[in-house]
Amino acid sequence: MAENKESAFSKVSADKQDQVKYTAKDFASSQDVRWCPGCGDYSILAQMQRVSPDLGIKKENMVWISGIGCAARFPYYMDTYGVHGIHGRAASIATGVKINRPDLSVWVASGDGDLLSIGGNHFIHACRRNIDIKILLFNNRIYGLTKGQYSPTSEKGKKTKSTPYGSVDFPFNPISLAIGSGATFVARSLDRDAKHLQAMMKRAADHKGTAFIEIFQNCNIFNDGAFELLTDKDTKPDHVLVLEHGKPMVFGKNNDKGIRLDGLTPQVVDISNGQYSINDLWVHDELDKNSFRAHILSRFDEMEGLPTPIGVYTQVQRTTYDEDFHEQIEAIKKQKGNGDLKKLLYSMNTWEVK
Amino acid sequence: MEKGLLELTDVTVRFAGDSGDGMQLTGSQFTNTTAIVGNDLSTLPDYPAEIRAPAGTTYGVSGFQLHFSSNDIQTPGDEPDVLVAMNPAALKTNLSDLKKGGTLIVNVNSFDSKNLRLADYETNPLEDGTVEGYNVIQVPLSQLTNTALEDTSLSAKEKTRCKNFFALGMMYWLYSRPIEPTLNWLNVKFKNAPEIKAANEKALKAGYYFGETTEVFTTRYEVKPATLPKGTYRNISGNEALALGFIAASVKSGLPLFLGSYPITPASDILHELSRHKNFGVRTFQAEDEIAAVTAALGAAYSGALAITTTSGPGVALKTETIGLAVMTELPIVIIDVQRGGPSTGLPTKTEQSDLLQAMFGRNGEAPVAVVAPATPAECFSMALEASRLAIKYMVPVMYLSDGYIANGSEPWKLPDVDALPEIEVKFRTEAEGFKPYLRDENLSRPWALPGTPGLEHRVGGLEKANITGDVSYDPENHEFMVRLRAQKVKNMENDIPELEVRGDKDAELLVIGWGGTHGAISEAVDRARNRGLKVARVHFRYLNPLPKNTGEVLRSYKKILCPELNMGQLSKILRNEFLVDIEPFNKIQGLPFKSSEIENKIDSILGGNNGRK
Repeated sequence: MAENKESAFSKVSADKQDQVKYTAKDFASSQDVRWCPGCGDYSILAQMQRVSPDLGIKKENMVWISGIGCAARFPYYMDTYGVHGIHGRAASIATGVKINRPDLSVWVASGDGDLLSIGGNHFIHACRRNIDIKILLFNNRIYGLTKGQYSPTSEKGKKTKSTPYGSVDFPFNPISLAIGSGATFVARSLDRDAKHLQAMMKRAADHKGTAFIEIFQNCNIFNDGAFELLTDKDTKPDHVLVLEHGKPMVFGKNNDKGIRLDGLTPQVVDISNGQYSINDLWVHDELDKNSFRAHILSRFDEMEGLPTPIGVYTQVQRTTYDEDFHEQIEAIKKQKGNGDLKKLLYSMNTWEVK
Repeated sequence: MEKGLLELTDVTVRFAGDSGDGMQLTGSQFTNTTAIVGNDLSTLPDYPAEIRAPAGTTYGVSGFQLHFSSNDIQTPGDEPDVLVAMNPAALKTNLSDLKKGGTLIVNVNSFDSKNLRLADYETNPLEDGTVEGYNVIQVPLSQLTNTALEDTSLSAKEKTRCKNFFALGMMYWLYSRPIEPTLNWLNVKFKNAPEIKAANEKALKAGYYFGETTEVFTTRYEVKPATLPKGTYRNISGNEALALGFIAASVKSGLPLFLGSYPITPASDILHELSRHKNFGVRTFQAEDEIAAVTAALGAAYSGALAITTTSGPGVALKTETIGLAVMTELPIVIIDVQRGGPSTGLPTKTEQSDLLQAMFGRNGEAPVAVVAPATPAECFSMALEASRLAIKYMVPVMYLSDGYIANGSEPWKLPDVDALPEIEVKFRTEAEGFKPYLRDENLSRPWALPGTPGLEHRVGGLEKANITGDVSYDPENHEFMVRLRAQKVKNMENDIPELEVRGDKDAELLVIGWGGTHGAISEAVDRARNRGLKVARVHFRYLNPLPKNTGEVLRSYKKILCPELNMGQLSKILRNEFLVDIEPFNKIQGLPFKSSEIENKIDSILGGNNGRK
């Protein structure tokens, strides 16, 4: 099953690398990295630079686009092409690049404020179109660069500089939002799980269509420890469910817990006491064409007692906007012939003045 | 009945009716036919923002004015000679514009108590003296149309909807125009609806024959072809010309045209037109909002397209931040603003010139852009090539200010020799040796280095850049240097654009200055004043930033300067500030273009008495 999936989704639209062999260093620009020491962004950058040589993409064909915020400095540190844009607009700049140049591999680095607050509209429309861009969400659930206001992913009641009495806003669930908007690849990972993050980045790169990865990223200055339960090696096993295609959903320190679907309601069951066995568990199918199971998975965060899933929630195949866009142009060229300017201007009702 | 044939040189007709009556269609058909006959012409569509306002009300009235002549003309005409009013509301809102003694053709069937009440007429204006002094021709248009369509299977409602074609046929007869161009158009338009096609054809012909047989018309008119310069012509609106102009710019630059756009009145027709021409490789992207439209264009520019975005004032407001980003990243994009009445949503379907200051200054920080403005519908074509040339050569965003008047108005266009159109030179950087993203050429432009080019990997962005290296820089001296450099880059274009050309009297007492779509009204007013012996000159600005090099010299050569604008005096402000000259603003802010008589009267009042007369 896993092998079938590989062959179905491993097509990359960007030019495959020929002979050039890169190392992670080739993707590091000469700019000094200026994030706060200890920031989770360092790990995300390092993992991206580590996987880049293996993506089969020439570095001149890689373009990184960002908006505003800490995460948005990302393109400056990648020795590829890049645009550090304006707040919230990374996805729409990337859309323009990709439509104009489908041969390029286009990546977006964005934060929770940038992508989901000011840029929410562009994000959902990118997902809807299934334009072939890769979107990394650095979700630290706080505004960092403006020094600590609550963000659209901050939990209700969060006390910050702008909400000294606690926030009364409900947060967005980015995974639900992406699935609901029609994204064809939706995954989640952790800044402190280097291997897993690398795997997700590679999967996103290989996916044709809008690929979205939510990365839980620690802001050690304004929201330190927000994901500690998920990243601390003692608590991680009982709080994180690692999604694997075709495998039953098992988690827990001793692999003794599992997820069972009772109708549409997920529940945690103990598989060590004989009441339930591994055969009763929900088997993850990331290729399921119907997104409702992925939706249920995405709501685990809001359900008491359920673990936080990481991994690929869904990957489905749909033609991409850029592909359809250019196919239409080519079809019209074929049908009408290449445009002739003289014919175009002189084709309407004309008359001669002698 | 034998009827007289009278030759006229100049006629202005206005069709007015409910917005569901098809007046824009009637007007544009009459226009196309008139163009084919060879008259010079100019049009003014005037329609409400509501698609179908309640039928019969005054705010649902839609009008289309057409001025045609055997002479060279500049405007859609001040006062119609003929008003075709399809209902009482149309009469009510348009009668005051009709020339004294002009011809009023009304659909008498629509003057029933319901429609009179909807138009707020207490008594029937056809009977109470309201229309006295006009040559009133009452035609039972609805009834005649229904009779003509008696043996068709259309519903009563569908039959009545054909009455605009009856009116059109009648007007074709009255002004001796052929009906064939409209018959051809019907053939194409209703290819798949033979019944509708046949009904409209019948109504058109019935209207035409009605003219011939009825006794209400005693005279038929003829307007001979105009003696325009030799060449091949077509009728064209500003929006169409603009779209074709950017296709031409794409061909001449060898760059794919990318349009990022979000629908907005009165600019949407450009998106429609460009979307039809994908066989030129045109890439039209209807974005999720105005901001996405311009940011996508910026992304396309970064990756090597001729990138444009089309909008109107409210859209420009939303695109403002991205235009600033284009200034900072020094990327070539053209922002087309088809201006309409503001502020806010304002008057979506009406014209105004009130975005000039927004175009010049409407961004945070010191963010100079080039600003150009075509003067006529046809000029929208050449200005598209010019805006593209400037954007690419100087790596600067260009604001292109059209307006509702020239965008929707049309005129005959002498088609250019396609082979003689100038090439637009594009230099992409490919050489990796010595490359820096903010290197400068002789125009201070930075290299255009496209993704996909090995060895030129670089980052651009909204943070201040160090000159040459393009690295992020917070250095105070560098910031001032870069602010001045970006301004200088725009200023340098003055060596690359035509100087102002003064028309009229060398020794004029008064100089009339204008920009954009007021060109026609100003030149007609100045010509008329001069014909009466007044000493007047005029100049027209097609480049607003930078200003033509001789602007100061021209302005200082005249004692008095008058600046008519459809705003509160925005060009006057800019010129006064730049050149410390006194300029008298003449402002109209009604959502309507100037009538040339308004400007002419103003000229008279300034020159007064015998001042300036021969």
